[in-house]
Amino acid sequence: MKLHLKIWRQKNANNPGGFEGYDLDDVSEDSSFLEMLDILNEQLVDKGQSPVAFDHDCREGICGMCSMMINGHAHGPEKATTACQLHMRHFKDGDTITIEPWRAKAFPVQKDLIVDRTAFDGIIQAGGFITARTGSAQDANLTPIGKEVADKAMDAAACIGCGACVAACPNGSAMLFSGAKVTHLNSLPQGKAERDRRVLSVVHAMDDAGFGNCTNYGECQEACPKEIKLDVIAKMNRDYALASVRSFFSKAG
Amino acid sequence: MEFNANIPEGPLDQKWTKHKTKIKLVNPANRRKYHVIIVGSGLAGGAAAASLAEMGYNVSCFCYQDSPRRAHSIAAQGGINASKNYQNDGDSTFRLFYDTVKGGDFRSREANVYRLAEVSGNIIDQCVAQGVPFAREYGGLLANRSFGGAQVSRTFYARGQTGQQLLLGAYQQLSRQIGLGQVKMYNRHEMLDVVLVDGHAKGIITRNLVDGKIERFAGDCVILATGGYGNAFFLSTNAQGCNVTAAFRAYRRGAGFANPCYTQIHPTCIPVHGDQQSKLTLMSESLRNDGRVWAPKDRETAKKIREGKMHPGDVPEDERDYYLERKYPSFGNLAPRDISSRAAKEACDDGRGIASTGLGVFLDFRDAIQRFGKDTIAERYGNLFDMYNRITGDDPYTTPMMIYPAVHYTMGGLWVDYNLESNLPGLFVAGEANFSDHGANRLGASALMQGLADGYFVLPYTVGNYLGTQGLAAAGKVTTDAPEFEQAESDVRAKIDKLLSIQGTESPRSFHKRLGDITWSKCGMARDKAGLEQAIVEIQALKKEFWENVKVVGDANEINQELERAGRVADFMDFGELMCRDALMREESCGGHFRVEHQYTEEDEIVQSGYLSPGEAKRHDDEFGFVGIWKFEGEDQVPSLHKEMLEYEEVKFATRSYK
Ligand SMILES: Cc1cc2nc3c(=O)[nH]c(=O)nc-3n(C[C@H](O)[C@H](O)[C@H](O)COP(=O)(O)OP(=O)(O)OC[C@H]3O[C@@H](n4cnc5c(N)ncnc54)[C@H](O)[C@@H]3O)c2cc1C
Ligand code: SF4
Ligand code: FES
Repeated sequence: MKLHLKIWRQKNANNPGGFEGYDLDDVSEDSSFLEMLDILNEQLVDKGQSPVAFDHDCREGICGMCSMMINGHAHGPEKATTACQLHMRHFKDGDTITIEPWRAKAFPVQKDLIVDRTAFDGIIQAGGFITARTGSAQDANLTPIGKEVADKAMDAAACIGCGACVAACPNGSAMLFSGAKVTHLNSLPQGKAERDRRVLSVVHAMDDAGFGNCTNYGECQEACPKEIKLDVIAKMNRDYALASVRSFFSKAG
Repeated sequence: MEFNANIPEGPLDQKWTKHKTKIKLVNPANRRKYHVIIVGSGLAGGAAAASLAEMGYNVSCFCYQDSPRRAHSIAAQGGINASKNYQNDGDSTFRLFYDTVKGGDFRSREANVYRLAEVSGNIIDQCVAQGVPFAREYGGLLANRSFGGAQVSRTFYARGQTGQQLLLGAYQQLSRQIGLGQVKMYNRHEMLDVVLVDGHAKGIITRNLVDGKIERFAGDCVILATGGYGNAFFLSTNAQGCNVTAAFRAYRRGAGFANPCYTQIHPTCIPVHGDQQSKLTLMSESLRNDGRVWAPKDRETAKKIREGKMHPGDVPEDERDYYLERKYPSFGNLAPRDISSRAAKEACDDGRGIASTGLGVFLDFRDAIQRFGKDTIAERYGNLFDMYNRITGDDPYTTPMMIYPAVHYTMGGLWVDYNLESNLPGLFVAGEANFSDHGANRLGASALMQGLADGYFVLPYTVGNYLGTQGLAAAGKVTTDAPEFEQAESDVRAKIDKLLSIQGTESPRSFHKRLGDITWSKCGMARDKAGLEQAIVEIQALKKEFWENVKVVGDANEINQELERAGRVADFMDFGELMCRDALMREESCGGHFRVEHQYTEEDEIVQSGYLSPGEAKRHDDEFGFVGIWKFEGEDQVPSLHKEMLEYEEVKFATRSYK
């Protein structure tokens, strides 16, 4: 198939960027979206031009590295699909495709489609863990965990940390990502001891990193390739409220 | 002897316990004085970094991705083994140990494998404590599934995302230590050399992938946990950035490279679609719990399916060859990977392959869906089915999956002793990057186990032993102004400058692809002497061409993915030659290494007796019962071969049969 691409090009964080147009021919329907970009890049290299820089690694929808807006949708228009798992059979011969980086205050562009997402790591460092020193664990079957609870934790834990939720949100909020981690860990009995500390630290880290507030647009849920649901935000809000109250009284008491 | 395995004395089941009580310790108050450099944040590196930091060591950790959470361990789907015997089906440390040695075709080191089995249960405990959401039964206990090469159910899993969940567990522990300031994390940093001072590994040279800055880091020891080299074949199930560079740089500095020819070809991957393809996607081995593998009995039928004139569902039962069930009745569809892959190749070579290329067989869920219902199958494998559907456009609930073998895992790696220390003192190697536990073939669900065993339960002891032996006076002694750092840095710079200065006409990707064509066709699923000899000549020629004609656009001081790839491809070429050399040297077949000259035929008594089928791998234990270790002898020189003889105290060499 033949395509016309409009791609955001930006030399580095300090330079302004802009769109450039490219025509591409002979793309197989069975190719993935990133393989299509590979073809473009090989042609650019051939002409001695700088190829389009984009993040990617596993190319199977799990590492969370690929990140681009495709025709205005984070990861493209297919539901529950990362950019690397999007295949060209979903486009038509002659289509124009616009490709941009994630755009959010907390994710500055580093080059072309590559952004800096270390703010996400900061949230996990602040509280997205259960303290479990190596070697100190009890037998794994000592505390049974009901299947429903385990499944719910797993649903939330499926987040790949891609940042599509932030990119899709008009406020650049990280509530879906953070809510997913809080829900995963706070739902489990192992996570109980640090439940309050966790949610308070995560929310503060989120605010400090420059992520916006949640005003219930729901765009994040639509964009999420792992179908993380808005419930996780509700759960985080609940846990946050409870933790705030408890922390207020424990300080007051 | 340079390659002394340093296996502790005593009975197999007491070696590790005794060793732990004897090795040197570092006082908690002194640990912060030692700086441990860890390259890699996958299961092995992430677990080691978190654990050593918790103990109080001062740790620096490096990865090439933008976050430690993205190491390729994340992509593991199926599960992790442990001999918990929660299913009461007769599992034990010994059985897991024995299955692993047998699965590895008797080419692994007994003592290491036993330790792996011994700590396997602790791994599950540890991960559950961290909040890893393993699958559970309604009663709340942990669920298990079966994997290839075992007759017990010992595999723990988290849907089809076990690697992701285990890695996130380690990543969260690591993140906690980063937050506490115990670990300094360097994302988007690629290690390009290891620095030796007085023969000991004391630092690394890295390139910052964002601004191109070349940096020196000095430490008291270095741990490499940089994963496998499957991308030496261009197409593999590995991530795009997986490389041999870190391991190969260490090899060039004198570390032994063991068994480079042992690569695992996984039987169940999605077949190649065409020449625009950049990677292959695995369909988890767990699918073989319920999926049945078959090819048409008749070549004509296969042809019709290939041409789209017949739906596979319309092939009558008696015209299907369920070849694994036929050839290996007691293991059936769960025969080990090397054996299953070769059987698929056999069927395709026989003209009975499907998929447009003729390189594919079916993995069929029809019977399982009839037996358990669609919902149960969806619950078990839904996300894998969705992934298959996204990639191929086919619906596996109604049309059988098409699969074909692909490069997946590399058993070879840097040589290490019992302490996971290479022959270069102070250089430790963990996870897929070392050669240690899987012999010539790895059983499914054992790599996650090994990576975490190395990181959580072995290195925290053995690294302390090394540091303790060096003594407190040595802590922090070496700094980056040592002349060895100067030299290593200038070598790294020279290579980058060279790559950028050639300005030829062919892209690094194109060279990579051409290398892959050579390695896959001549050093892939089947190898022979003539082909390997030719491969070496071809790779040498390709290398020459590369250094004359590669075209790397862009600059050194910016994000430059072409430059990154060029450096990795350069190492893959040197390494590819080494791999072929090793395969040529090993005049036998074992596990993933199949030399067509060495297979059982109708002439062999063991085939006549019905114990083996013709075409099975033929080992020569007397001549080749050793680990083949290669040492770098200089640019364009033939490397030297060293041997670690494999001595089995507990198990006996036996011919594998899964019949
Ligand atoms: C698709 C797939 C499915 C799998 N499924 C299973 C399974 O179900 N069960 C199982 O047991 N095993 C499975 N495996 C195998 C298993 O996942 C791997 O062997 C294991 O996770 C490797 O872990 P690791 O820590 O050694 O390396 P990795 O996780 O690959 O980590 C390597 C680390 O090193 C870093 N690194 C590499 N090179 C450099 C460099 N030059 N400079 C700086 N940093 C560098 C990377 O950034 C990364 O952090 C699977 C593998 C694949 C590919
Ligand atoms: S919540 Fe969804 S969109 Fe957001 S980071 Fe996680 S996987 Fe990506
Ligand atoms: S490249 Fe890993 S999720 Fe897309």
